[in-house]
Amino acid sequence: MNAPTPGTEIAYVDPQRRALVRQRARRNALVGMGSLIGFVLVISVIVSRTPGWPVVQETFFNGEEFVKTFPGLLSAFMLNVRIFVIAEPLILILGLLVALARTLQSPIFLPVRVIATLYVDIFRGIPTILVIFLLGFGIPALRLTGVPNGAIFWGTAALVLSYGAYVAEVFRAGIGSVHPSQRMASRSLGLSSWQTNRYVVLPQAIRNVIPPLLNDFISLQKDTALVAVLGPIEVLRQAQIDTSSSFNYTPYVGAALIFIALTIPMTRFADWVQERSQRRRRAGGGA
Amino acid sequence: MSRRLLAPVLTIAAASLLLAACGQASTPSAAPTTAASAAASAAATDECSPANLTTVTGGQLTIGTDSPAYPPYFVTDDSTKENGDPASGQGFESAVAYKVAEGLGFTKDQVKWEVVPFNSSYAPGDKNFDFDINQISITPERQKVVDFSDGYYTVNQAVVALADSPIANATTIADLQKANLGAQVGTTSAKFIDEVVKPANQAQIFNDTNDAKSAMQAGQIDGLVVDLPTAYYITAAEIENSKIVGQFAAQEGGEQFGMLFAKGNPLVTCVNKVLADLKSSGELQQIQDQWLAGESAPYIKQ
Repeated sequence: MNAPTPGTEIAYVDPQRRALVRQRARRNALVGMGSLIGFVLVISVIVSRTPGWPVVQETFFNGEEFVKTFPGLLSAFMLNVRIFVIAEPLILILGLLVALARTLQSPIFLPVRVIATLYVDIFRGIPTILVIFLLGFGIPALRLTGVPNGAIFWGTAALVLSYGAYVAEVFRAGIGSVHPSQRMASRSLGLSSWQTNRYVVLPQAIRNVIPPLLNDFISLQKDTALVAVLGPIEVLRQAQIDTSSSFNYTPYVGAALIFIALTIPMTRFADWVQERSQRRRRAGGGA
Repeated sequence: MSRRLLAPVLTIAAASLLLAACGQASTPSAAPTTAASAAASAAATDECSPANLTTVTGGQLTIGTDSPAYPPYFVTDDSTKENGDPASGQGFESAVAYKVAEGLGFTKDQVKWEVVPFNSSYAPGDKNFDFDINQISITPERQKVVDFSDGYYTVNQAVVALADSPIANATTIADLQKANLGAQVGTTSAKFIDEVVKPANQAQIFNDTNDAKSAMQAGQIDGLVVDLPTAYYITAAEIENSKIVGQFAAQEGGEQFGMLFAKGNPLVTCVNKVLADLKSSGELQQIQDQWLAGESAPYIKQ
Protein backbone atom coordinates (compact mmCIF):
# COMPACT_ATOMS: atom_id res chain seq x y z
CA MET A 1 0.00 0.00 0.00
CA ASN A 2 1.09 3.52 -0.74
CA ALA A 3 1.68 5.89 2.10
CA PRO A 4 -1.49 7.92 2.75
CA THR A 5 -1.39 11.24 0.95
CA PRO A 6 -1.77 14.17 3.31
CA GLY A 7 -5.35 15.20 3.80
CA THR A 8 -7.00 11.88 3.03
CA GLU A 9 -8.53 10.46 6.15
CA ILE A 10 -7.89 6.87 7.03
CA ALA A 11 -10.54 5.31 9.17
CA TYR A 12 -11.91 1.88 9.86
CA VAL A 13 -14.55 0.86 7.28
CA ASP A 14 -16.95 -1.96 7.96
CA PRO A 15 -16.28 -4.69 5.31
CA GLN A 16 -20.01 -5.29 4.84
CA ARG A 17 -20.53 -1.62 4.15
CA ARG A 18 -17.61 -1.63 1.74
CA ALA A 19 -19.15 -4.51 -0.22
CA LEU A 20 -22.44 -2.64 -0.35
CA VAL A 21 -20.75 0.49 -1.68
CA ARG A 22 -18.92 -1.52 -4.30
CA GLN A 23 -22.10 -3.25 -5.40
CA ARG A 24 -23.92 0.03 -5.76
CA ALA A 25 -21.06 1.52 -7.78
CA ARG A 26 -21.18 -1.46 -10.14
CA ARG A 27 -24.90 -1.09 -10.59
CA ASN A 28 -24.60 2.67 -11.21
CA ALA A 29 -22.02 2.04 -13.90
CA LEU A 30 -24.32 -0.53 -15.52
CA VAL A 31 -27.33 1.78 -15.50
CA GLY A 32 -25.21 4.64 -16.83
CA MET A 33 -23.88 2.51 -19.67
CA GLY A 34 -27.32 1.17 -20.55
CA SER A 35 -28.87 4.61 -20.54
CA LEU A 36 -26.05 5.97 -22.73
CA ILE A 37 -26.36 3.15 -25.27
CA GLY A 38 -30.14 3.53 -25.31
CA PHE A 39 -29.83 7.27 -25.84
CA VAL A 40 -27.43 6.87 -28.76
CA LEU A 41 -29.69 4.22 -30.29
CA VAL A 42 -32.78 6.40 -29.99
CA ILE A 43 -31.02 9.40 -31.55
CA SER A 44 -29.64 7.36 -34.46
CA VAL A 45 -33.04 5.82 -35.11
CA ILE A 46 -34.66 9.26 -35.12
CA VAL A 47 -32.06 10.73 -37.46
CA SER A 48 -31.94 7.82 -39.87
CA ARG A 49 -35.72 7.76 -40.17
CA THR A 50 -36.09 11.39 -41.19
CA PRO A 51 -37.16 11.69 -44.82
CA GLY A 52 -34.11 13.77 -45.81
CA TRP A 53 -31.51 11.49 -44.22
CA PRO A 54 -30.31 9.76 -47.42
CA VAL A 55 -29.63 13.15 -49.00
CA VAL A 56 -27.91 14.46 -45.88
CA GLN A 57 -25.81 11.32 -45.69
CA GLU A 58 -24.85 11.70 -49.33
CA THR A 59 -23.94 15.41 -48.98
CA PHE A 60 -22.30 15.47 -45.54
CA PHE A 61 -20.99 11.97 -44.95
CA ASN A 62 -19.84 10.83 -48.36
CA GLY A 63 -17.01 8.35 -47.93
CA GLU A 64 -15.63 8.72 -51.43
CA GLU A 65 -15.52 12.51 -51.15
CA PHE A 66 -13.93 12.19 -47.70
CA VAL A 67 -11.10 10.01 -48.95
CA LYS A 68 -10.54 12.31 -51.90
CA THR A 69 -10.30 15.56 -49.90
CA PHE A 70 -8.94 14.57 -46.48
CA PRO A 71 -5.20 14.53 -47.36
CA GLY A 72 -5.52 18.04 -48.81
CA LEU A 73 -7.29 19.18 -45.65
CA LEU A 74 -4.56 17.74 -43.46
CA SER A 75 -1.82 19.56 -45.33
CA ALA A 76 -3.83 22.80 -45.24
CA PHE A 77 -4.18 22.30 -41.49
CA MET A 78 -0.41 22.65 -41.12
CA LEU A 79 -0.94 26.37 -41.71
CA ASN A 80 -3.36 26.53 -38.76
CA VAL A 81 -0.80 24.71 -36.64
CA ARG A 82 1.92 27.13 -37.70
CA ILE A 83 -0.23 30.14 -36.88
CA PHE A 84 -1.17 29.06 -33.39
CA VAL A 85 2.24 27.68 -32.48
CA ILE A 86 3.66 31.13 -33.25
CA ALA A 87 0.73 33.04 -31.75
CA GLU A 88 0.36 31.21 -28.44
CA PRO A 89 3.68 32.18 -26.79
CA LEU A 90 3.36 35.75 -28.06
CA ILE A 91 -0.14 35.97 -26.58
CA LEU A 92 1.12 34.72 -23.21
CA ILE A 93 3.90 37.31 -23.12
CA LEU A 94 1.67 40.17 -24.27
CA GLY A 95 -1.14 39.18 -21.90
CA LEU A 96 1.16 38.94 -18.91
CA LEU A 97 2.84 42.29 -19.65
CA VAL A 98 -0.49 44.05 -20.06
CA ALA A 99 -1.89 42.48 -16.89
CA LEU A 100 1.20 43.58 -14.93
CA ALA A 101 0.96 47.07 -16.43
CA ARG A 102 -2.62 47.33 -15.24
CA THR A 103 -1.68 46.41 -11.68
CA LEU A 104 1.13 48.98 -11.37
CA GLN A 105 0.45 51.13 -8.33
CA SER A 106 2.74 54.17 -8.57
CA PRO A 107 1.10 57.35 -9.97
CA ILE A 108 4.05 57.85 -12.32
CA PHE A 109 2.85 54.82 -14.30
CA LEU A 110 -0.54 56.35 -15.05
CA PRO A 111 0.12 56.59 -18.83
CA VAL A 112 1.12 52.91 -18.92
CA ARG A 113 -2.03 51.94 -17.02
CA VAL A 114 -4.20 54.05 -19.31
CA ILE A 115 -2.66 52.58 -22.45
CA ALA A 116 -3.00 49.02 -21.14
CA THR A 117 -6.62 49.62 -20.16
CA LEU A 118 -7.46 51.19 -23.51
CA TYR A 119 -5.80 48.31 -25.34
CA VAL A 120 -7.84 45.72 -23.45
CA ASP A 121 -11.07 47.68 -23.86
CA ILE A 122 -10.61 48.18 -27.56
CA PHE A 123 -9.32 44.79 -28.65
CA ARG A 124 -11.66 42.82 -26.43
CA GLY A 125 -14.55 44.83 -27.80
CA ILE A 126 -13.85 44.33 -31.51
CA PRO A 127 -14.81 41.00 -33.07
CA THR A 128 -11.62 39.09 -33.92
CA ILE A 129 -12.53 38.84 -37.59
CA LEU A 130 -12.75 42.64 -37.81
CA VAL A 131 -9.32 43.04 -36.24
CA ILE A 132 -8.01 40.63 -38.87
CA PHE A 133 -9.68 42.58 -41.66
CA LEU A 134 -8.49 45.96 -40.38
CA LEU A 135 -4.87 44.91 -39.88
CA GLY A 136 -4.66 42.54 -42.82
CA PHE A 137 -6.05 44.86 -45.47
CA GLY A 138 -5.48 48.22 -43.77
CA ILE A 139 -1.79 48.22 -42.89
CA PRO A 140 -0.48 46.77 -46.18
CA ALA A 141 -2.61 49.35 -48.00
CA LEU A 142 -0.52 52.07 -46.35
CA ARG A 143 2.38 50.72 -48.40
CA LEU A 144 4.92 51.45 -45.65
CA THR A 145 8.45 50.49 -46.52
CA GLY A 146 10.12 47.96 -44.26
CA VAL A 147 6.81 46.66 -42.89
CA PRO A 148 5.90 43.15 -43.99
CA ASN A 149 2.64 42.95 -45.90
CA GLY A 150 2.08 39.20 -45.83
CA ALA A 151 -1.43 38.03 -45.07
CA ILE A 152 -0.25 35.34 -42.65
CA PHE A 153 1.92 37.85 -40.78
CA TRP A 154 -0.94 40.31 -40.23
CA GLY A 155 -3.48 37.60 -39.60
CA THR A 156 -1.29 36.17 -36.85
CA ALA A 157 -0.60 39.67 -35.49
CA ALA A 158 -4.34 40.33 -35.32
CA LEU A 159 -4.93 37.07 -33.43
CA VAL A 160 -2.14 37.95 -30.98
CA LEU A 161 -3.60 41.40 -30.34
CA SER A 162 -7.15 40.14 -29.97
CA TYR A 163 -6.36 37.16 -27.75
CA GLY A 164 -3.68 39.15 -25.87
CA ALA A 165 -6.48 41.35 -24.53
CA TYR A 166 -8.48 38.34 -23.31
CA VAL A 167 -5.47 36.65 -21.77
CA ALA A 168 -4.42 39.91 -20.08
CA GLU A 169 -7.76 39.91 -18.29
CA VAL A 170 -7.34 36.27 -17.33
CA PHE A 171 -3.93 37.02 -15.83
CA ARG A 172 -5.31 40.11 -14.07
CA ALA A 173 -8.05 38.01 -12.53
CA GLY A 174 -5.37 35.54 -11.42
CA ILE A 175 -3.33 38.30 -9.82
CA GLY A 176 -6.46 39.60 -8.14
CA SER A 177 -7.20 36.15 -6.75
CA VAL A 178 -4.02 36.16 -4.66
CA HIS A 179 -4.95 37.42 -1.22
CA PRO A 180 -3.54 40.92 -0.42
CA SER A 181 -2.04 39.54 2.78
CA GLN A 182 0.41 37.57 0.64
CA ARG A 183 1.77 40.73 -0.90
CA MET A 184 1.88 42.52 2.46
CA ALA A 185 3.66 39.64 4.12
CA SER A 186 6.18 39.50 1.33
CA ARG A 187 6.85 43.24 1.45
CA SER A 188 7.24 43.13 5.22
CA LEU A 189 9.82 40.40 4.78
CA GLY A 190 11.84 42.91 2.81
CA LEU A 191 11.16 41.73 -0.76
CA SER A 192 10.97 44.50 -3.33
CA SER A 193 7.82 45.12 -5.34
CA TRP A 194 9.35 43.25 -8.31
CA GLN A 195 10.51 40.36 -6.13
CA THR A 196 7.06 40.15 -4.57
CA ASN A 197 5.50 39.83 -7.99
CA ARG A 198 8.09 37.40 -9.23
CA TYR A 199 8.31 35.03 -6.28
CA VAL A 200 5.03 35.39 -4.41
CA VAL A 201 2.16 36.75 -6.46
CA LEU A 202 2.72 35.44 -10.00
CA PRO A 203 3.43 31.79 -9.12
CA GLN A 204 0.11 31.60 -7.30
CA ALA A 205 -1.75 33.73 -9.86
CA ILE A 206 -0.61 31.70 -12.83
CA ARG A 207 -1.46 28.39 -11.22
CA ASN A 208 -4.96 29.67 -10.56
CA VAL A 209 -5.57 30.66 -14.16
CA ILE A 210 -4.14 27.70 -16.05
CA PRO A 211 -7.58 26.20 -16.82
CA PRO A 212 -9.03 29.43 -18.29
CA LEU A 213 -5.81 29.96 -20.22
CA LEU A 214 -6.09 26.52 -21.81
CA ASN A 215 -9.67 27.36 -22.59
CA ASP A 216 -8.56 30.46 -24.49
CA PHE A 217 -6.00 28.43 -26.39
CA ILE A 218 -8.55 25.92 -27.55
CA SER A 219 -10.61 28.83 -28.74
CA LEU A 220 -7.54 30.28 -30.49
CA GLN A 221 -6.91 27.02 -32.34
CA LYS A 222 -10.32 27.29 -33.91
CA ASP A 223 -10.02 30.99 -34.62
CA THR A 224 -6.89 30.45 -36.72
CA ALA A 225 -9.44 29.65 -39.43
CA LEU A 226 -10.41 33.32 -39.47
CA VAL A 227 -7.06 34.25 -41.03
CA ALA A 228 -8.43 32.75 -44.25
CA VAL A 229 -10.36 35.96 -44.96
CA LEU A 230 -7.02 37.53 -45.92
CA GLY A 231 -6.28 34.94 -48.59
CA PRO A 232 -4.13 32.13 -47.16
CA ILE A 233 -5.60 28.67 -47.62
CA GLU A 234 -6.00 27.04 -44.23
CA VAL A 235 -8.07 23.96 -43.49
CA LEU A 236 -11.53 25.53 -43.44
CA ARG A 237 -10.86 27.47 -46.64
CA GLN A 238 -9.56 24.32 -48.29
CA ALA A 239 -12.77 22.57 -47.26
CA GLN A 240 -14.79 25.42 -48.71
CA ILE A 241 -12.88 25.20 -51.99
CA ASP A 242 -13.42 21.44 -52.21
CA THR A 243 -17.07 21.88 -51.32
CA SER A 244 -17.75 24.50 -53.95
CA SER A 245 -16.11 22.44 -56.63
CA SER A 246 -18.13 19.28 -55.95
CA PHE A 247 -21.19 20.83 -54.23
CA ASN A 248 -20.68 18.25 -51.49
CA TYR A 249 -20.26 19.30 -47.84
CA THR A 250 -18.26 16.28 -46.68
CA PRO A 251 -14.96 18.26 -46.62
CA TYR A 252 -16.44 20.48 -43.90
CA VAL A 253 -17.04 17.41 -41.76
CA GLY A 254 -13.45 16.37 -42.45
CA ALA A 255 -12.22 19.78 -41.27
CA ALA A 256 -14.36 19.51 -38.15
CA LEU A 257 -12.83 16.11 -37.36
CA ILE A 258 -9.33 17.55 -37.67
CA PHE A 259 -10.13 20.37 -35.25
CA ILE A 260 -11.77 17.98 -32.82
CA ALA A 261 -8.79 15.62 -32.97
CA LEU A 262 -6.67 18.48 -31.72
CA THR A 263 -9.00 20.18 -29.25
CA ILE A 264 -10.29 17.10 -27.44
CA PRO A 265 -6.86 16.13 -26.04
CA MET A 266 -6.37 19.79 -25.08
CA THR A 267 -9.73 19.86 -23.30
CA ARG A 268 -9.02 16.62 -21.43
CA PHE A 269 -5.62 18.06 -20.47
CA ALA A 270 -7.32 21.23 -19.19
CA ASP A 271 -9.73 19.07 -17.15
CA TRP A 272 -6.84 17.11 -15.71
CA VAL A 273 -4.89 20.24 -14.75
CA GLN A 274 -7.95 21.70 -13.07
CA GLU A 275 -8.66 18.51 -11.16
CA ARG A 276 -5.08 18.25 -10.03
CA SER A 277 -5.00 21.83 -8.74
CA GLN A 278 -8.28 21.26 -6.90
CA ARG A 279 -6.93 18.07 -5.36
CA ARG A 280 -3.87 19.94 -4.19
CA ARG A 281 -5.92 22.67 -2.64
CA ARG A 282 -8.19 20.19 -0.89
CA ALA A 283 -5.15 18.42 0.40
CA GLY A 284 -4.16 21.68 2.05
CA GLY A 285 -0.72 21.67 0.46
CA GLY A 286 1.28 24.89 0.41
CA ALA A 287 0.33 27.35 -2.29
CA MET B 1 -34.17 -6.69 -12.16
CA SER B 2 -34.41 -3.96 -9.57
CA ARG B 3 -36.99 -1.24 -9.84
CA ARG B 4 -34.36 1.36 -10.44
CA LEU B 5 -33.08 -0.40 -13.53
CA LEU B 6 -36.56 -0.96 -14.86
CA ALA B 7 -37.51 2.69 -15.35
CA PRO B 8 -34.89 3.71 -17.92
CA VAL B 9 -35.25 0.45 -19.83
CA LEU B 10 -38.99 0.95 -20.09
CA THR B 11 -38.53 4.55 -21.22
CA ILE B 12 -36.21 3.48 -23.98
CA ALA B 13 -38.51 0.70 -25.10
CA ALA B 14 -41.47 3.06 -25.21
CA ALA B 15 -39.51 5.62 -27.17
CA SER B 16 -38.44 3.02 -29.74
CA LEU B 17 -42.02 1.85 -30.23
CA LEU B 18 -43.18 5.41 -30.73
CA LEU B 19 -40.46 5.95 -33.30
CA ALA B 20 -41.30 2.81 -35.19
CA ALA B 21 -44.88 4.08 -35.42
CA CYS B 22 -43.77 7.50 -36.69
CA GLY B 23 -41.46 5.99 -39.25
CA GLN B 24 -44.19 3.82 -40.70
CA ALA B 25 -46.65 6.67 -40.83
CA SER B 26 -44.31 8.69 -43.00
CA THR B 27 -43.77 6.05 -45.70
CA PRO B 28 -47.17 5.98 -47.46
CA SER B 29 -47.12 9.78 -47.87
CA ALA B 30 -44.50 9.37 -50.59
CA ALA B 31 -46.97 7.59 -52.90
CA PRO B 32 -49.37 10.47 -53.80
CA THR B 33 -46.51 12.74 -54.90
CA THR B 34 -45.21 10.23 -57.43
CA ALA B 35 -48.74 9.76 -58.75
CA ALA B 36 -49.11 13.51 -59.07
CA SER B 37 -45.87 13.93 -60.97
CA ALA B 38 -46.81 11.08 -63.30
CA ALA B 39 -50.07 12.88 -64.04
CA ALA B 40 -48.16 16.07 -64.66
CA SER B 41 -45.83 14.47 -67.16
CA ALA B 42 -48.81 12.94 -68.97
CA ALA B 43 -50.04 16.47 -69.62
CA ALA B 44 -46.59 17.41 -70.90
CA THR B 45 -47.91 19.26 -73.91
CA ASP B 46 -48.57 22.55 -72.14
CA GLU B 47 -46.26 21.82 -69.24
CA CYS B 48 -44.63 25.22 -69.57
CA SER B 49 -47.72 27.42 -69.51
CA PRO B 50 -47.68 29.61 -66.39
CA ALA B 51 -50.78 27.88 -65.02
CA ASN B 52 -49.04 24.51 -64.98
CA LEU B 53 -45.70 25.67 -63.65
CA THR B 54 -45.01 24.77 -60.06
CA THR B 55 -42.93 27.51 -58.48
CA VAL B 56 -41.71 27.96 -54.92
CA THR B 57 -44.35 30.63 -54.33
CA GLY B 58 -47.39 30.17 -56.55
CA GLY B 59 -47.98 32.86 -59.16
CA GLN B 60 -44.49 34.27 -58.94
CA LEU B 61 -41.00 33.38 -60.08
CA THR B 62 -38.43 33.49 -57.30
CA ILE B 63 -34.89 34.00 -58.57
CA GLY B 64 -31.82 33.79 -56.37
CA THR B 65 -28.48 35.55 -56.56
CA ASP B 66 -25.69 36.40 -54.15
CA SER B 67 -25.22 39.71 -52.38
CA PRO B 68 -23.25 41.78 -53.26
CA ALA B 69 -24.31 41.30 -56.87
CA TYR B 70 -21.51 42.50 -59.09
CA PRO B 71 -21.58 44.55 -62.27
CA PRO B 72 -21.63 43.99 -65.18
CA TYR B 73 -23.92 41.06 -64.32
CA PHE B 74 -26.08 43.19 -62.08
CA VAL B 75 -26.12 46.97 -62.43
CA THR B 76 -28.03 49.47 -60.36
CA ASP B 77 -30.00 52.61 -61.24
CA ASP B 78 -28.85 54.16 -57.99
CA SER B 79 -25.64 56.04 -58.77
CA THR B 80 -24.69 56.25 -55.09
CA LYS B 81 -24.20 52.48 -54.93
CA GLU B 82 -21.40 50.44 -56.37
CA ASN B 83 -22.88 46.96 -56.22
CA GLY B 84 -25.66 45.91 -58.52
CA ASP B 85 -29.36 45.60 -57.83
CA PRO B 86 -30.91 42.43 -59.35
CA ALA B 87 -34.41 43.91 -59.48
CA SER B 88 -33.30 46.81 -61.69
CA GLY B 89 -33.36 44.69 -64.84
CA GLN B 90 -29.98 46.25 -65.60
CA GLY B 91 -26.87 44.19 -66.12
CA PHE B 92 -26.36 41.01 -68.11
CA GLU B 93 -27.75 38.40 -65.72
CA SER B 94 -30.57 40.59 -64.48
CA ALA B 95 -31.63 41.24 -68.09
CA VAL B 96 -31.36 37.54 -68.97
CA ALA B 97 -33.37 36.57 -65.88
CA TYR B 98 -36.18 38.96 -66.77
CA LYS B 99 -36.18 37.75 -70.37
CA VAL B 100 -36.46 34.16 -69.17
CA ALA B 101 -39.27 35.14 -66.80
CA GLU B 102 -41.05 36.86 -69.65
CA GLY B 103 -40.61 33.79 -71.85
CA LEU B 104 -42.17 31.66 -69.11
CA GLY B 105 -45.12 34.02 -68.94
CA PHE B 106 -44.33 36.02 -65.80
CA THR B 107 -44.59 39.79 -65.72
CA LYS B 108 -41.81 41.91 -64.25
CA ASP B 109 -43.85 42.38 -61.06
CA GLN B 110 -44.18 38.64 -60.61
CA VAL B 111 -40.43 38.20 -60.39
CA LYS B 112 -39.11 38.19 -56.82
CA TRP B 113 -35.41 38.18 -55.98
CA GLU B 114 -33.97 36.25 -53.07
CA VAL B 115 -30.46 36.66 -51.64
CA VAL B 116 -28.79 33.26 -52.03
CA PRO B 117 -25.12 33.07 -51.01
CA PHE B 118 -23.25 30.88 -53.47
CA ASN B 119 -22.32 28.42 -50.72
CA SER B 120 -25.94 27.80 -49.76
CA SER B 121 -27.27 27.58 -53.32
CA TYR B 122 -26.40 23.89 -53.43
CA ALA B 123 -27.31 22.97 -49.84
CA PRO B 124 -29.51 19.89 -49.52
CA GLY B 125 -33.12 20.43 -48.60
CA ASP B 126 -35.89 22.63 -49.98
CA LYS B 127 -34.73 25.63 -51.97
CA ASN B 128 -36.21 29.07 -51.47
CA PHE B 129 -35.72 29.93 -55.14
CA ASP B 130 -36.92 28.56 -58.47
CA PHE B 131 -33.52 29.12 -59.98
CA ASP B 132 -30.29 30.82 -59.00
CA ILE B 133 -28.42 32.99 -61.49
CA ASN B 134 -25.00 33.91 -60.15
CA GLN B 135 -22.24 33.28 -62.72
CA ILE B 136 -22.23 29.63 -61.77
CA SER B 137 -20.17 27.48 -64.10
CA ILE B 138 -21.61 24.17 -65.21
CA THR B 139 -19.38 21.21 -64.29
CA PRO B 140 -20.21 17.48 -64.38
CA GLU B 141 -19.25 17.17 -60.69
CA ARG B 142 -21.76 19.83 -59.68
CA GLN B 143 -24.44 18.29 -61.90
CA LYS B 144 -24.51 15.29 -59.60
CA VAL B 145 -26.02 17.50 -56.90
CA VAL B 146 -28.05 20.13 -58.74
CA ASP B 147 -29.57 20.66 -62.18
CA PHE B 148 -28.32 23.36 -64.51
CA SER B 149 -30.06 25.07 -67.38
CA ASP B 150 -28.25 25.10 -70.70
CA GLY B 151 -25.39 27.59 -70.74
CA TYR B 152 -26.35 31.21 -71.33
CA TYR B 153 -22.81 32.56 -71.58
CA THR B 154 -19.46 31.07 -72.53
CA VAL B 155 -16.82 32.54 -70.31
CA ASN B 156 -13.06 32.95 -70.46
CA GLN B 157 -10.83 33.60 -67.47
CA ALA B 158 -8.61 36.67 -67.39
CA VAL B 159 -5.86 38.20 -65.22
CA VAL B 160 -6.16 41.74 -63.89
CA ALA B 161 -3.18 43.59 -62.42
CA LEU B 162 -2.16 47.09 -61.40
CA ALA B 163 -0.14 48.90 -64.06
CA ASP B 164 2.97 48.79 -61.82
CA SER B 165 2.60 45.10 -60.97
CA PRO B 166 5.52 42.78 -61.85
CA ILE B 167 3.15 40.82 -64.09
CA ALA B 168 1.60 43.83 -65.84
CA ASN B 169 3.33 42.91 -69.08
CA ALA B 170 3.17 39.11 -68.80
CA THR B 171 2.36 37.35 -72.04
CA THR B 172 2.80 33.67 -71.19
CA ILE B 173 1.63 31.36 -68.44
CA ALA B 174 5.29 30.93 -67.45
CA ASP B 175 5.44 34.68 -66.69
CA LEU B 176 2.49 34.29 -64.34
CA GLN B 177 3.86 31.29 -62.48
CA LYS B 178 6.27 33.47 -60.47
CA ALA B 179 3.46 35.76 -59.30
CA ASN B 180 1.15 35.77 -56.29
CA LEU B 181 -2.29 35.34 -57.78
CA GLY B 182 -5.64 35.73 -56.06
CA ALA B 183 -9.27 34.77 -56.72
CA GLN B 184 -12.65 34.49 -55.04
CA VAL B 185 -13.33 31.28 -53.15
CA GLY B 186 -15.41 28.65 -54.88
CA THR B 187 -15.03 30.18 -58.31
CA THR B 188 -13.72 28.38 -61.33
CA SER B 189 -11.15 31.21 -61.44
CA ALA B 190 -9.61 29.85 -58.24
CA LYS B 191 -9.61 26.35 -59.67
CA PHE B 192 -8.15 27.69 -62.90
CA ILE B 193 -5.10 29.09 -61.06
CA ASP B 194 -4.44 25.71 -59.46
CA GLU B 195 -5.03 23.55 -62.48
CA VAL B 196 -3.87 25.62 -65.45
CA VAL B 197 -1.53 28.37 -64.26
CA LYS B 198 0.07 26.28 -61.47
CA PRO B 199 2.01 29.14 -59.84
CA ALA B 200 5.01 28.51 -57.57
CA ASN B 201 3.24 30.27 -54.67
CA GLN B 202 -0.14 28.92 -53.65
CA ALA B 203 -3.04 31.10 -54.81
CA GLN B 204 -4.59 33.47 -52.26
CA ILE B 205 -8.29 32.82 -51.93
CA PHE B 206 -10.75 35.48 -50.75
CA ASN B 207 -14.33 35.50 -49.51
CA ASP B 208 -15.49 37.70 -52.34
CA THR B 209 -14.13 39.71 -55.23
CA ASN B 210 -14.14 42.94 -53.23
CA ASP B 211 -11.66 41.46 -50.72
CA ALA B 212 -9.49 40.21 -53.57
CA LYS B 213 -9.51 43.70 -55.09
CA SER B 214 -8.43 45.22 -51.73
CA ALA B 215 -5.58 42.73 -51.52
CA MET B 216 -4.47 43.64 -55.02
CA GLN B 217 -4.54 47.35 -54.26
CA ALA B 218 -2.59 46.72 -51.05
CA GLY B 219 0.06 44.88 -53.05
CA GLN B 220 -0.58 41.56 -51.29
CA ILE B 221 -1.27 39.87 -54.60
CA ASP B 222 0.28 40.73 -57.96
CA GLY B 223 -2.73 39.80 -59.99
CA LEU B 224 -6.33 38.73 -59.75
CA VAL B 225 -7.99 36.03 -61.82
CA VAL B 226 -11.64 36.68 -62.68
CA ASP B 227 -13.92 35.99 -65.61
CA LEU B 228 -13.39 38.30 -68.56
CA PRO B 229 -16.53 40.48 -68.19
CA THR B 230 -15.67 41.10 -64.53
CA ALA B 231 -12.12 41.93 -65.61
CA TYR B 232 -13.42 44.54 -68.02
CA TYR B 233 -15.58 46.04 -65.35
CA ILE B 234 -12.84 46.17 -62.72
CA THR B 235 -10.34 47.80 -65.04
CA ALA B 236 -12.76 50.22 -66.68
CA ALA B 237 -14.84 51.37 -63.76
CA GLU B 238 -13.50 50.22 -60.41
CA ILE B 239 -9.74 50.31 -60.01
CA GLU B 240 -7.83 53.14 -61.58
CA ASN B 241 -4.44 52.27 -62.89
CA SER B 242 -5.35 48.62 -63.42
CA LYS B 243 -5.30 46.66 -66.65
CA ILE B 244 -6.25 43.31 -68.09
CA VAL B 245 -2.96 41.46 -68.46
CA GLY B 246 -4.64 39.00 -70.77
CA GLN B 247 -7.35 36.40 -71.13
CA PHE B 248 -6.90 32.65 -71.32
CA ALA B 249 -8.11 30.65 -74.28
CA ALA B 250 -11.10 28.48 -73.43
CA GLN B 251 -10.21 25.13 -71.93
CA GLU B 252 -11.41 21.94 -73.49
CA GLY B 253 -15.20 21.97 -73.80
CA GLY B 254 -15.38 25.64 -72.76
CA GLU B 255 -16.79 27.00 -69.55
CA GLN B 256 -20.42 28.00 -69.46
CA PHE B 257 -22.59 29.81 -66.96
CA GLY B 258 -25.88 28.08 -66.21
CA MET B 259 -28.85 28.73 -63.97
CA LEU B 260 -28.93 26.47 -60.94
CA PHE B 261 -32.05 24.44 -60.07
CA ALA B 262 -32.89 21.98 -57.33
CA LYS B 263 -32.11 18.46 -58.56
CA GLY B 264 -35.11 17.14 -60.45
CA ASN B 265 -36.95 20.45 -60.74
CA PRO B 266 -39.12 20.09 -63.89
CA LEU B 267 -38.91 23.85 -64.44
CA VAL B 268 -35.48 23.40 -66.01
CA THR B 269 -36.89 22.01 -69.29
CA CYS B 270 -39.16 25.04 -69.65
CA VAL B 271 -36.31 27.45 -68.97
CA ASN B 272 -34.18 25.62 -71.53
CA LYS B 273 -36.93 26.06 -74.13
CA VAL B 274 -37.02 29.79 -73.43
CA LEU B 275 -33.21 29.98 -73.60
CA ALA B 276 -33.20 28.17 -76.95
CA ASP B 277 -35.71 30.70 -78.31
CA LEU B 278 -33.64 33.61 -76.97
CA LYS B 279 -30.56 32.17 -78.64
CA SER B 280 -32.17 31.54 -82.05
CA SER B 281 -33.86 34.94 -82.13
CA GLY B 282 -30.55 36.63 -81.35
CA GLU B 283 -31.96 38.32 -78.26
CA LEU B 284 -29.45 36.68 -75.93
CA GLN B 285 -26.62 37.96 -78.12
CA GLN B 286 -28.16 41.44 -78.01
CA ILE B 287 -28.26 41.43 -74.22
CA GLN B 288 -24.71 40.19 -74.16
CA ASP B 289 -23.56 42.93 -76.56
CA GLN B 290 -25.34 45.53 -74.47
CA TRP B 291 -23.81 44.57 -71.12
CA LEU B 292 -20.69 42.58 -71.76
CA ALA B 293 -19.16 44.39 -74.69
CA GLY B 294 -15.53 45.39 -74.48
CA GLU B 295 -12.46 45.58 -76.60
CA SER B 296 -10.83 42.20 -76.91
CA ALA B 297 -8.04 41.46 -74.46
CA PRO B 298 -4.80 39.81 -75.63
CA TYR B 299 -4.56 36.05 -75.11
CA ILE B 300 -2.05 34.63 -72.66
CA LYS B 301 0.09 32.02 -74.39
CA GLN B 302 0.63 28.58 -72.92
